[in-house]
Amino acid sequence: MNSATLFGFCGAILVGLGLFGLITNPQLLRKILAFNVLGTGVFLLFGVIARRGAAAGLEGDPVPQALVITGIVVAFSATTMAVVLLLRLYQETGEATISPDDTSAGTDGSRS
Amino acid sequence: MIPTAMAFADKTTANGYLLVLAIILPVIGILLSLVFGGRSVERVAMVLLPVGLAVAVAVFGLVWRDQQSLVYIVGGWHPPLGIALRADGISAAMMLTTAIVICATGIFARGEFSQPRGSPETRASQVFWILLLGIWSGLNTVVLGDDLFNLYVALELLTFAAVPLVSLKGYQETIKAALRYMLFALLGSVLYLLGTVLIYGAYGTLDISLLSGRVQPEPVAWIAASLMTIGLLAKTALFPLHLWLPPAHAGAPAPGSAVLSALVVKGSFFLIVRLWFDAMPGLMSFASSQILGTLGAGAILFGSVLALRQQRLKLLIAYSTIAQIGYLFFIFPLAAAVGVDEPWAATAWTGGWLQLFSHAFAKASMFMAAGLIAEALGHDRIAELGGIGRVLPITVFTFGLAGLSLMGVPPSGGFVAKWLLLLATVMEGQWWWAAVMLAGGLLAGGYIFMVLGKALASATVPLKIVAPVSRSREMVALTLALFAILLGFLPLQPSEFLQIGRPEVLGVITR
Repeated sequence: MNSATLFGFCGAILVGLGLFGLITNPQLLRKILAFNVLGTGVFLLFGVIARRGAAAGLEGDPVPQALVITGIVVAFSATTMAVVLLLRLYQETGEATISPDDTSAGTDGSRS
Repeated sequence: MIPTAMAFADKTTANGYLLVLAIILPVIGILLSLVFGGRSVERVAMVLLPVGLAVAVAVFGLVWRDQQSLVYIVGGWHPPLGIALRADGISAAMMLTTAIVICATGIFARGEFSQPRGSPETRASQVFWILLLGIWSGLNTVVLGDDLFNLYVALELLTFAAVPLVSLKGYQETIKAALRYMLFALLGSVLYLLGTVLIYGAYGTLDISLLSGRVQPEPVAWIAASLMTIGLLAKTALFPLHLWLPPAHAGAPAPGSAVLSALVVKGSFFLIVRLWFDAMPGLMSFASSQILGTLGAGAILFGSVLALRQQRLKLLIAYSTIAQIGYLFFIFPLAAAVGVDEPWAATAWTGGWLQLFSHAFAKASMFMAAGLIAEALGHDRIAELGGIGRVLPITVFTFGLAGLSLMGVPPSGGFVAKWLLLLATVMEGQWWWAAVMLAGGLLAGGYIFMVLGKALASATVPLKIVAPVSRSREMVALTLALFAILLGFLPLQPSEFLQIGRPEVLGVITR
């Protein structure tokens, strides 16, 4: 097994773990962390593809590395925003979960 | 690899700089807002809205005149290393729709987020204008981008501007709605990114024009396309990934709801179409197209039935959005999977896009009308709307006009769109979609008349008007509804404009 395959497997495992956590865990903070695990798995795959030289036939491909930097910045901003929203929710309600039955409750249109 | 690249190396066309302007003008507005701050934020937006509209009109006019795409090669670096911006027929039409709805929303929002001299400055009023410009820039980047990774960034810009709009008022339930929206959006974007990695690994490029010549029908392409589509479906709120939409769209302030429902969900739909029609033409099988069509049909039935059961006006309109999004997905079984030789594919293509544009106008005006009603009454409980028709006749009329388009009654854009889609279903022998569309039209009629019936009835208890409604805001909503009606005067035939710049022109019926 060469290093690209090994890291490829690691990336796949992280993606699987992250996806599982994001969907099944009711705790919002853990959901956000799971999103980061999932994202890390995807970034690792970018690295693997850069190492494999992609289809360009080079020894290492610089393009995925350029992409991954942007990807990390985007994921970081997304995490920041989600955490800020979560903090605000905690300040307002003292809870950090969204129960599934909230979806049908909707919002009070009279105050909008 | 080099010869392929050469064959696709588009040159920047004359006036291509307009595409850059369309993207950076709103960004300049955001930066100026941050520099000046305070009360100038609204003024900056008011100056930029007409300029941006002029750019969108110019792009539309140029594509119309030259009958070809407008292209801009950023920095002179050609794809695959560089990034191209391209405005074809559908991008130009989408840009124009976006510009009109955003400008109308801007004028409408002055009644809510204006900060006249002497009144206290609020953060929500400043942030609203910045978010509006952010959404505009994000949408323009989504429709003009020609590189899958660039489109990922554009999609994220759009999400980051859209989510705070939901929780602008800062109430508990709107923060919850925003968080749920954010989580769906995060899952969606990371799945899209995963698909992008796989495509880059397999084909060595992310440029849509280059990919269209390289993608083969093989497992890696199917997996990548499925991941990206599921991710984008979560952002488009197609049934059964729609759970976040009703609380988010109903909880946002009225101008925010208008933009979110009319435009933001369409951004990710646009990318699904780009993916299947432009980046991977010919990849969609009959079976996969039927899955997307079935989800669309489920959305129409489920969204409409739930809309009928709502007690609040804004939630009813939000569920109606879920239903109307469903129609858009009939474009896949009727135009993507049947091959370019199918003569009725072009009819379905035009029908699908007209549905998108007419829904954008109709839904924006409907949310504005609902916002005005809620403002006047202090609530939006449907059961207590009696008598509002006498107090706000123009607004209730606007609601009815927009409703015509949602039902698909002539003359309205919704009628032309649904008629063309129906025609394609029957002529292509996929009649089962026709049954769903007819049922959807009836159900839409049901929930529109439920509201109108209550609004036009006389008041059971004397109406208490808590706030006056300005005539100019009513007129803005009415104008948008009239746009939805005006689209109904388009000829009932496939549009050639919407096919400009497409790699393969869909079959055109010769008569």
